[in-house]
Amino acid sequence: MRLWLRCCLVVYCLEVAAVVVAAAAGEISPADKRSGLDFVSPETRRLQEDDTSNPGMLWVLDGERLWREPAGAAGAACAGCHGEAAASMRGVAARYPAFDPAAGRPIDLQGRVNECRSQRQGAQPFAFESQELLALTAFIAQQSRGLPVAEPRDARLRPFIDNGRRLFRQRLGQLDIACADCHDDRWGERLSGSLIPQAHPTAYPLYRLEWQALGSLQRRLRNCMIGVRAEPFAFGAPELVDLELFLMQRAAGLPMETPGVRP
Amino acid sequence: MRSMINAPKTARRGEVIEIKTMISHPMETGYRRDSSGVAIPRNIINRFVCTYDGEQVFSAELFPAVAANPLIAFTTVALRSGTLSFAWTDDLGHTETATIEITVT
Amino acid sequence: MGAERAAEHDPALSGRLGRRDLLAGVVGVATLVLVRPALARPTLDAAVARFAGGNEVRPGRIHFQIPPLVENGNAVGVTVSVDSPMTQADHVRRIALFNEKNPQADMAVFHLGPRAGEARVSTRLRLATSQTVVAVAEMSDGSFWSSQANVVVTLAACIEDLL
Repeated sequence: MRLWLRCCLVVYCLEVAAVVVAAAAGEISPADKRSGLDFVSPETRRLQEDDTSNPGMLWVLDGERLWREPAGAAGAACAGCHGEAAASMRGVAARYPAFDPAAGRPIDLQGRVNECRSQRQGAQPFAFESQELLALTAFIAQQSRGLPVAEPRDARLRPFIDNGRRLFRQRLGQLDIACADCHDDRWGERLSGSLIPQAHPTAYPLYRLEWQALGSLQRRLRNCMIGVRAEPFAFGAPELVDLELFLMQRAAGLPMETPGVRP
Repeated sequence: MRSMINAPKTARRGEVIEIKTMISHPMETGYRRDSSGVAIPRNIINRFVCTYDGEQVFSAELFPAVAANPLIAFTTVALRSGTLSFAWTDDLGHTETATIEITVT
Repeated sequence: MGAERAAEHDPALSGRLGRRDLLAGVVGVATLVLVRPALARPTLDAAVARFAGGNEVRPGRIHFQIPPLVENGNAVGVTVSVDSPMTQADHVRRIALFNEKNPQADMAVFHLGPRAGEARVSTRLRLATSQTVVAVAEMSDGSFWSSQANVVVTLAACIEDLL
C-alpha cells in the first residue's frame, strides 16, 4: 500500500478511536457545549441579561467600592496597584484557576484575592463566602464578561486538571453518583422536573434564586455533594480548586457570564 | 444595605419616566427555621418611599412575600429639574437612603 | 411456617381491626376535614375585602403580567398596570397584591397618585407553591378593580440543606 494511503488509514482509525473513547467517557462534544443559561426559563434568562434587574449586580457594585477601599496596615487599595479594574482585570477570571508558583499548585480567584490581602495589603483575608469576598470576586470576574474561557495551557497545571477530572468522574456519597453521570451523560434530561445543565462554571459567582443571594462555585459544588449525600469538601479545599480548574478546561471557549442568575 | 437606582438623567417636562430600584436585603420572612428548628426572626424592608424635591410621589408597603433583594419599579412625571430621594426602612428601624439628580428641560 | 407465625401477630392479616387500622381511619377523616378550608381560600378573600373596605371589587381594568410557570418560587417577577389617565380627577390611588397559599395573604401595597404619570408597578414576589395571585386597584372615584392569575411553581433540584 502507498505510504500516504497508509498514513491516511492510520489517521482515520485514530480519529474513529478518539470518537469512540469520547463517547464511551460521555464527554460533551464541542458542538454540544452549552452554557447553563440555555437551560433556564426565559424569565431567569431575562434577569441575567438585564443589569438593571440582575440582583448579582448589587454585589458587583459593592465589589467596585471594595476595589477602591484602602485596607490593611499600609492602607492600600486594590486600585493602588491594579488601577482601573476594567483594564487590569480584563480576561483574568477567564484564565483562573492559575498556577501559583509560591504554593506549587493552582489557586482560584478568591484565593488570589486573599493572598493579595494578606501578603501585599497586610490585611486580614476575607472569610469564605463572606459578602466582601463574594463582592470582590464578582466585580473582578465581571470584567471578563463576554470573553471566552481560556484553555489552560500551563504544563504545570496538567496533574491538577487530571485530578479534577478524576474527581468529576468519581462516584460519591450514599447515592453513589459521579458529577459526570448527570452532567456528561444526562444533561438536557430532567431531575425532579428541572433540566440538568452541563455544569460549566462560566457564570460564577452567581445569584442563585434557591439561595436568594450571590454565592460561589464552591458553595454550589458543596450543594451537589450534599445532594448525593456525600461529606462535602471544606471551603478552600484543594479538591474544589482542582475541580474548578478541570471544569474551566471543560468549558473552554464558552463566554464568561458573571454575575449569572440560576434557579 | 446596597442600593441601585436606574433612571434617566435627563427628561422633557411632562415626560413619564421609569425608575427602577433594587436594594440588597435578605427580606427574612420569619417563617424559616434554622438547623435546630428555631424560627429565624422576621426582618424585612416594610416601607419604601420616593420623594421628588421633597414631595412624596410614590410609596410601597412590603410584606414577607416580596422577594429578597427587592426590586421596585414605578413611574413618575418629570416636572422640573431636581433631586429624587429614595428611602427603604426595615423592621429593625434601619433606613437606607439614596438620591439621584434629574435635569428636566 | 414463618407466614403462619406472622399471621398470628399481624391483626390486618387475621381479619380483626387492629390499632394500625384505627389510626389510619382517624388520620383519613382528619385529612378530609383539613383539606376543605384550603379550597375555600378564606384568608385571600378576607384580605381583598379588607383592602377594599367592604366595597365591591369588579374584575377588569388591570393588566397583570406574571409568568404562568416558574422554576423557583423565590423570585417571581410581576408587573401590574392599570388603564387610567392618571389625572388629578381620575387616577389610581393604590395597587395591592394578594396570594392564595403563602402563610400570609398580603404581599405588597403600592401608593400612586397623579404624579405617577402611568399606573404601572413591577416587583418580585415569593410564592410558596403553585397558587392564585390577585391584583386589586383602588381608583380615585372609590371603585375597586381586580385581576388574577394562576402560577405553577416548581423547585430547582439539589437544594441546599440549611446548614
